[in-house]
Amino acid sequence: MSAASLYAADVVALARKDLRLELRARDTLPAMLLFVVSTLVVFHFALPAGTGADAAFGLLWIAIVFTALLGLARAWAPEREGGALDGLVLAPCDRSAIWLGKTLAVLIFLMTAELVAVPAFALFFAPIDLVAVAGVVLASVGICAVGSLLAAMAAASRGREVILPLLFLPLAIPLVVGGVGAGISPEGAAYLSFLGLYDLVFAILAWATFEYVVTE
Amino acid sequence: MSSRNSLPLFAGTTAVLLGLAVVVALLVAPEDANQGVSQRIFYFHVPIALTAYLCFGLGAWKALRLLWVGGERRDVESYTWIHQGTIFGTLTLITGSIWAKASWGVWWSWGSNQLVLFLVLFLFYCAYFMLRFSIDEGARRGRICAVYALFGVALIPASFFAIRLASDFIHPTVFSREGPQMTGTMFGSFLVCWAAITLLAYVMYRTEVVGKRIDASLRELREVLS
Repeated sequence: MSAASLYAADVVALARKDLRLELRARDTLPAMLLFVVSTLVVFHFALPAGTGADAAFGLLWIAIVFTALLGLARAWAPEREGGALDGLVLAPCDRSAIWLGKTLAVLIFLMTAELVAVPAFALFFAPIDLVAVAGVVLASVGICAVGSLLAAMAAASRGREVILPLLFLPLAIPLVVGGVGAGISPEGAAYLSFLGLYDLVFAILAWATFEYVVTE
Repeated sequence: MSSRNSLPLFAGTTAVLLGLAVVVALLVAPEDANQGVSQRIFYFHVPIALTAYLCFGLGAWKALRLLWVGGERRDVESYTWIHQGTIFGTLTLITGSIWAKASWGVWWSWGSNQLVLFLVLFLFYCAYFMLRFSIDEGARRGRICAVYALFGVALIPASFFAIRLASDFIHPTVFSREGPQMTGTMFGSFLVCWAAITLLAYVMYRTEVVGKRIDASLRELREVLS
């Protein structure tokens, strides 16, 4: 097998491990689904009547970001509880594969939550077009790429749950701008390309630096 | 040895230059036709902002070197640059806020992209300190902080563009601060102030690094003695 296909096999195996764990334990995904729907309902009461679709769109993004945080906070919990991260770091695979596998798994969780959140948003608040959906997808990639690295950092610190949102939110601001812009601006394409660029830059950065975060 | 001896020289030069900068900014530079005396804060606000960027950049550079070649020394240096950057970033927010009050009548304006960018960076680097102080000391802490510092320099252009894009839908009217072209005296005054502030940052950085090294040596000494 070539190096690239070996790498891909490592990534798939790691992501599949996370998905299988989730299927058996159901620790994260049901919580994310319930959270995102509850948040949307709370927003209905937080918004004054007749506020309009634009304001509601901003709230969809708050719901998505905090739902992602909920998933990310638990992203490295299985490894930490089982003491498995040391084993993974010692395994004869490229360490960035650990990051990519985790990013894929978290992305699948988040996309599943959005599969519920976006139709629910369309039902409760305002219709959503294709550009807005593309914005959701692109921003999710960025959220998971950056978030899974930051979650690994937070897992190494003492105040894990508290510190992750602090690390993550400043980095999520450009994603929120891109996502909201794709939803409500007439020039949605510019925002989509911005999101794509952000994903590319930060995915490369996270891919290149993950090794330093997990090695002792 | 020579590097330790040069610090008082730098500090003295900085003190003189800062005094000169105050004189130049308040007395020598011509008064702005549109904004009057309040425009003079420009001579401090903009150099402080540029210095903050410089500190963040140097902090990330030291972080990159740390990941690249290692060395505990670089961890302290990267941390200290970022510490200085945060101090100057906070000063940028304060001076910018005063300038906004003087020229637009409000303490805070989301229309000022530079100020919003500094707010984002301020939050980001505050989180850096939270992260740093919640990890046990050691090589791993240095590397994790270095990675976060690198994300910071990537965040600066990303936020810059994001804020530019966001002002389209959040704040449709764009403030235009383009007054008359800067005259030679104005530009000269600006350069003096810029040099003074940059040198100030450097002296503060050197002082803090020396302090941290003394702390570390003292701790080692205590461990040896006990």
